[in-house]
Amino acid sequence: MKALPLSELPTGQWGRVVSLKARGMARCRLLDLGLVPDTPVQAVRRSPLGDPTAYRIRGALIALRREEAGQVLVTPL
Amino acid sequence: MFYVSGINTAPPEAGPGVVNEAHQLEIRDRIVKTIYREAEAIAARVVRQTGPHRDWEHKVDDILTSRLLGFPIMFLLLGLAFWITLVGANYPSQLLAKALFWGEERLSEVFVRLDAPPWLHGLVVTGVYRTAAWVVSVMLPPMAIFFSIFALLEDLGYLPRVAFNIDPLFKMAGTQGKQALTMSMGFGCNAAGVMACRIIESPRERLIAILTNNFVPCNGRFPTLIALTSIFVGPAAAPGFSSLAASFTVVGLILAGILITLLTSWLLSRTILKGVPTTFTLELPPLRLPQVGRVLVRSVLDRTLFVLARAVTVAAPAGAVVWLLANISFEGQSLLARGAGLLEPFGRALGLDGFILLAFILGLPANEIVLPILLMGYLSAGTMVEVDSLNVLQNILVHGHGWTWLTALCTMLFSLLHFPCGTTLFTIQRETKSIRWAVWAAVIPLAVAGLVCFAVAQTVRSLGLV
Repeated sequence: MKALPLSELPTGQWGRVVSLKARGMARCRLLDLGLVPDTPVQAVRRSPLGDPTAYRIRGALIALRREEAGQVLVTPL
Repeated sequence: MFYVSGINTAPPEAGPGVVNEAHQLEIRDRIVKTIYREAEAIAARVVRQTGPHRDWEHKVDDILTSRLLGFPIMFLLLGLAFWITLVGANYPSQLLAKALFWGEERLSEVFVRLDAPPWLHGLVVTGVYRTAAWVVSVMLPPMAIFFSIFALLEDLGYLPRVAFNIDPLFKMAGTQGKQALTMSMGFGCNAAGVMACRIIESPRERLIAILTNNFVPCNGRFPTLIALTSIFVGPAAAPGFSSLAASFTVVGLILAGILITLLTSWLLSRTILKGVPTTFTLELPPLRLPQVGRVLVRSVLDRTLFVLARAVTVAAPAGAVVWLLANISFEGQSLLARGAGLLEPFGRALGLDGFILLAFILGLPANEIVLPILLMGYLSAGTMVEVDSLNVLQNILVHGHGWTWLTALCTMLFSLLHFPCGTTLFTIQRETKSIRWAVWAAVIPLAVAGLVCFAVAQTVRSLGLV
């Protein structure tokens, strides 16, 4: 299936991390959150104003802005 | 026993020779991946998960951050917190004041029996003891209640949801939602709020959060805001709704503070702290029912008594200094009155008066003592009155010194927006390792407070509303 940015993943849906587009500090931060390739991620809910979005990553609920989530490529599951 | 291999991998920089960027990336990714694989293996061995994710948590979270209800719930909870504080603090405050002023009489008797000179009695009893007693009786009950409510919301896991809801607004202002968390800490104490700014990774956004933290009223300023709204807003509302009206006026002031925070942040990120908002990652910890007993004990012991002790240690010597200023006369006028006279034109322009402005300046060591200083100033000419109820306070302000609702509004706005206390400024100097930023942290709010009060006072006066 075609990979899409994590920010495009509809809420409630699961995806699997393919790769990270971010470089430098941003990449480190995403890796620190556990967003390494093959990790399953679920888009859980959006903030009332549409951004950021909360994602379930390895059991934790983490909010990411569109800019950061867009740096993560996932395949929907 | 097992061997944790991934953690022992040396960082790529430690290796010899030059590696190109792509290669470096790959090594880094592999390190992290190995660490996570190891962590997963350990977790699989030791962590046992019972049942699926709790359903109620998901539902509650959906409501707390819903498009329709997310923001109204935030404001209602804030309003409710103040309403409980206002209603609950009233009676214990009066009781405490009675007890402490009873103690003052006993203390006076001791001085009389020892045949102490009047100046010593004045300095110790009406200066130090009365100021400290005021701070305790006015601060302790609301603080104990408000801190407890806040600690319960914290324990519930609600505060990160606030940051989650409100992040887009801060993003527009050039910063990020974690600033909302540091602001929540600021409700307790701005010095604590400034220290909490360490959670913001970007140095630029951290500085903005530090410089604007004082726009949320700290615990030292709540009593002032609450007392003034109770006097000037409560009676104006329909009977039975006075405390409700007063609490939502305080919420209105806080919303004004948040608006000013956003505007100032926006201005700062376009001028002296130029830059674009950086990354924002925020963990939303699982919601859980607060452990009420433990939270209450911890909040009273760790926060309430701690802040109170600090306030009293500052208020007591400040009380002595102010008493001296009120009682040392120069050419027939006390130093306090002379100072107020000098400040009178500036005070008038801001909708205040000279004594109010002087009280804010002398209150620099701690915001808690602004109102006591003001009263000492107002009463320094005549006899000292025991201010043990809001009625007496109202009498002094309205009938004694011609306060109108505009005076009250401008005093509250100035209290909300003016320079932070000495402790906070000192903390800012320590956190930023720069005296320059500490000076900015005093100058920016002072300018904002002056501008807002001036604009409000002049508008209201030119419209002939007072």
